[in-house]
Amino acid sequence: MIVLENVSKSFATGAPALNGVSLKIRKGEFVFVVGDSGSGKSTLIKLLLRELTPTSGTVIVNGQDVGKLRRWRIPKFRRQLGIVFQDFRLLKDRNVYENVAFAQRIIQVPNREIKKNVPAILSVVGLAGKYKAKPRQLSGGEQQRVALARALINEPSILLADEPTGNLDPKNTWEIMKLLEEINKNGTTVLMVTHNRDIVNTMKKRVITMKKGVIVSDEEEGEYIDEN
Amino acid sequence: MRISTLFYTIKQGFANIFRNKWFSLASVATIAACLFLFGLFYAILTNFQNVVKTAEEGVSVTVFFDEGISDEKIQEIGEAIKKRTEVREVKFNSAEEVWDSFKEEYLGEYADGFTENPLADSANFEIYLNDVSRQSALVTYLEMMDGVRQVNKSEVTANTLSGINVIIGYVSIGIICILLAVSVFLISNTVMIGISVRKEEINIMKYIGATDFFVRSPFVIEGMLIGLIGSVLPLVCIYYIYVNVIQYISERFTILSGLMNFLPVEVIFKDLAPISIGIGVGIGFIGSFATVRRHLKV
Repeated sequence: MIVLENVSKSFATGAPALNGVSLKIRKGEFVFVVGDSGSGKSTLIKLLLRELTPTSGTVIVNGQDVGKLRRWRIPKFRRQLGIVFQDFRLLKDRNVYENVAFAQRIIQVPNREIKKNVPAILSVVGLAGKYKAKPRQLSGGEQQRVALARALINEPSILLADEPTGNLDPKNTWEIMKLLEEINKNGTTVLMVTHNRDIVNTMKKRVITMKKGVIVSDEEEGEYIDEN
Repeated sequence: MRISTLFYTIKQGFANIFRNKWFSLASVATIAACLFLFGLFYAILTNFQNVVKTAEEGVSVTVFFDEGISDEKIQEIGEAIKKRTEVREVKFNSAEEVWDSFKEEYLGEYADGFTENPLADSANFEIYLNDVSRQSALVTYLEMMDGVRQVNKSEVTANTLSGINVIIGYVSIGIICILLAVSVFLISNTVMIGISVRKEEINIMKYIGATDFFVRSPFVIEGMLIGLIGSVLPLVCIYYIYVNVIQYISERFTILSGLMNFLPVEVIFKDLAPISIGIGVGIGFIGSFATVRRHLKV
């Protein structure tokens, strides 16, 4: 599903953000990627999204060599992925319904189907009653659920979550984690970057630990490794 | 593209205007201010040009023939003159017509004493030009013609008019260039203000997998609408100002209305309206297209 072979990424200044990283994530896995700031987690996500291309090595997602993707093919490629960010990244001036529907509009789903699909996915994330609300009227947890609904409505095979609980209180954090686990049980591969020790240690999933651009540990049912 | 997607795109273009009210207002105001100045200068210059043109149309060259010339020869000369490209109109005045008009104008009842036409050799061609700057070339040609006795012209008028014409041309180009440069400067500044809002929005759309076209279309429609509103507003203002100013001038300064003829508002707007709307919509299109383009590489 996701294969990285000896991937390095350097920028004009500073040490390489990734240095010879190789990893394989199978279909239906739930993987945590942990590590300090500057360990290369964000670069990894950006490479998987094709926001960046590797300096060397190959990144393969769903059988496609992402580094060789032509610019005009990127949108179609990204539609196979669901993406959730720490800061939610909702369209602020559109309501919950429109934020979620947007993901369907870009793949030109007919309106009558959007009208069925959006309420269905909103009830999965527990926001059926708030479809008219604007993002600013929602709590952080609710906003993240909208972002999740948007990421899931097109039934992606992979969900990339970049610190999705970073801005949430413990209660909302666990609600989001429950949702992610459910999504994973339904067959979606989940790759989640996090700093949250409790989540990692409680959920007993595969944990990839990164430090200074390399993978220092990769364990099934792993635990959060302290840097100190 | 699906029809529903097309409608969605257009709807979003309209919605964007209201979402970013202040940005839209600033953009409309900027375009409107520039096009208002443009329209004002256009109206003034067109009227000025009209005054010069009217004066030019009155400038004529008169050709008199050798004594005893045959009618065939006169006709031949007339045909040759008509073929010249700078000639707009050739009018033949027979000796009788010249005498009649002279009588009417200067002699009145005293003309009865004349039994013969004293202006027997005064048959002539009155020639009006397309372009007064070519008068001297035409005069040289006419003077060389066989059968031509004399060519009357008003060199001073022709030179002055063609000089004014050249100046008006330069002034128009200068003013339009300055206005366009100011517009581009003001509009690019306004667009820069709008960028921060847009950048995040465009990023999100691109992350979700929207194509460049899908991201760009509502912005471009928004830009064109802003351009359209920004060009229609000054047109409406200029229309009312123009009509009222003309009315005011003709009522208060009756002496002026004899000197210069103001063009009717319809004549001004026949060209001004499409030009202004074209510039407004064009600036809106280019501005939004270029702004979004910078942020599409996500």
